[in-house]
Amino acid sequence: MSAHLFPPAGHRLYVIVGPYGSGKTEVAINLALRLAAQGRHPALADLDIVNPYFRSREKADLLEAAGVRVIAPSPATAAADLPALPAAVWQAIMGEDLTGVLDVGGDRNGARVLAGFAQQIEAQRPAVWYVLNRARPDNRSPQQALRSLREVEAYANLRVNGILSNSHLLHETTADLVRDGAAFAQEVAHLANLPIVCHAFPQALADELHDLQPQLPLTLYMNRPWETS
Amino acid sequence: MQKELWKGNEAIAEAAVRAGCDAYFGYPITPQNEIPEYMSRRMQEENRVFVQAESELAAINMVYGAAAAGMRAMTSSSSPGISLKQEGISYLIGAELPAVIVNMMRGGPGLGTIQPSQSDYFQATRSPGHGDGHMIVLAPSGIQEAVDLMQDSFDLADRWRTPVMMLADGMIGQMMEPIAWKQRPAAPAVDKPWATTGQGERGHTNFVTSLRLDSVDNEAFNEALQQKYADIGRQKTRYEEVDCEDAELILVAFGTTARIALSAARKLRQEGIRAGLFRPITLWPFPTLALQQVAGRPNVRAVLTVEMSAGQMVEDVRLALCGAKPVHFFGRTGGMIPEPAQVAQEIRRILKEEQA
Repeated sequence: MSAHLFPPAGHRLYVIVGPYGSGKTEVAINLALRLAAQGRHPALADLDIVNPYFRSREKADLLEAAGVRVIAPSPATAAADLPALPAAVWQAIMGEDLTGVLDVGGDRNGARVLAGFAQQIEAQRPAVWYVLNRARPDNRSPQQALRSLREVEAYANLRVNGILSNSHLLHETTADLVRDGAAFAQEVAHLANLPIVCHAFPQALADELHDLQPQLPLTLYMNRPWETS
Repeated sequence: MQKELWKGNEAIAEAAVRAGCDAYFGYPITPQNEIPEYMSRRMQEENRVFVQAESELAAINMVYGAAAAGMRAMTSSSSPGISLKQEGISYLIGAELPAVIVNMMRGGPGLGTIQPSQSDYFQATRSPGHGDGHMIVLAPSGIQEAVDLMQDSFDLADRWRTPVMMLADGMIGQMMEPIAWKQRPAAPAVDKPWATTGQGERGHTNFVTSLRLDSVDNEAFNEALQQKYADIGRQKTRYEEVDCEDAELILVAFGTTARIALSAARKLRQEGIRAGLFRPITLWPFPTLALQQVAGRPNVRAVLTVEMSAGQMVEDVRLALCGAKPVHFFGRTGGMIPEPAQVAQEIRRILKEEQA
């Protein structure tokens, strides 16, 4: 499958959930940028109320310039760790002339924020994708990973309908790790009776991993201060 | 050993569990909340003690109680919460009790911000609380190092009967990095004949206190304490030195700021500017002698200290160098983080100025 076909047409709302460190924010940013390139007018809503740092709202300028509307807490509360969401989140969920991407906070506590919107989200027949990173300590076995997935579903009051394999160790990610992660994701997907919707990995590994399909090669945006020039 | 991706706060908590922490007492504050959250689950699994205290004051005094009873006890907080613990830290020092305190610093003063900072350097290294006291202060620059230093923190606390602080900025707590859990030999068990564990066959009651009403006694205690500090200072300084051999400028920075400084130094190497990094790992005792040797080399024209503060560690750098080399400072405050490009620009400016 060539790059421009992912994500396939059909959904107007993407909900990205998963544990801390699974890579939800990088996935959500890359997905939104692809939707923009496809002319699908994405609106990325940063629903992360659990992390005080490293949130997609920090990349608002870059995203807006690329045609992604960013919905984030108002400047008055953007630097706080308050569980306050802007009313514009409704537009990402229900707006008819755009494609919504919800970047949700980690684990069950991050997912809890979705429960209040669950009915309206469900009505959109959304893609609810669970981002899975095998290198996280809460994914030491497929059974343990499945428990985390079910917990996120319970707190979000939403059913996950696809697994997005994204095994990584940040800048130490290797092709072998991505392949191990893909096999692990396959086991979890089998247990959960869910499809694997795509394989995400750093852009630099795209040549080595051309056979993993469908794929979402990632440009990493959430760099730490010493990784910028 | 397969590496795993861990969030700093959770990794530090797990490292404490693995280092044999018997009891954790804490109170929530961003950006260290994942430590008590993680401990609330893990300590129960290990059948050890976790208490969410009613305040930071209560937590540090519970640490005092557990430490007096011979347990490996710890607490964690962030800047405003650490301020509240100062009285208790002074009491721990006065009673010579081992304890581990994690400070995940945020920008002050006052409630300030939840963004990262290093502006508690003075509070940690000068005399925590009141009185002529010190504690060992360790500053990791990444999560693997934080994990490794947690074991050392408990060992050093027991060995020297002193509080040990891990001083990290909020970024260490919030970021994720790949880490390997190392199998480390357990430190030799430290005998604690002073602990209040019941009289048993001892024949006398142990009494742990920082109260010494007789000034003659109290001065003798203070002199012994200063002797202990001198011994720690001789044996326990740690630092890292990168690309300093041929450097015309030495950057001095600790924690994540050291990584930003190194990033700037590496960039400048490509322009033919030779900058090296000296990174103190023990902030108290400060690696004074090592810095004197590194910065004293004839190739070094200037020193630049970089901090997320208005200039605190730079005082120790100046004290160490006693005017032997010009010492400059660059800092960001209030939760702002220096950028490698800003540090590089400052280095270019200083070298040009020193030439003139």
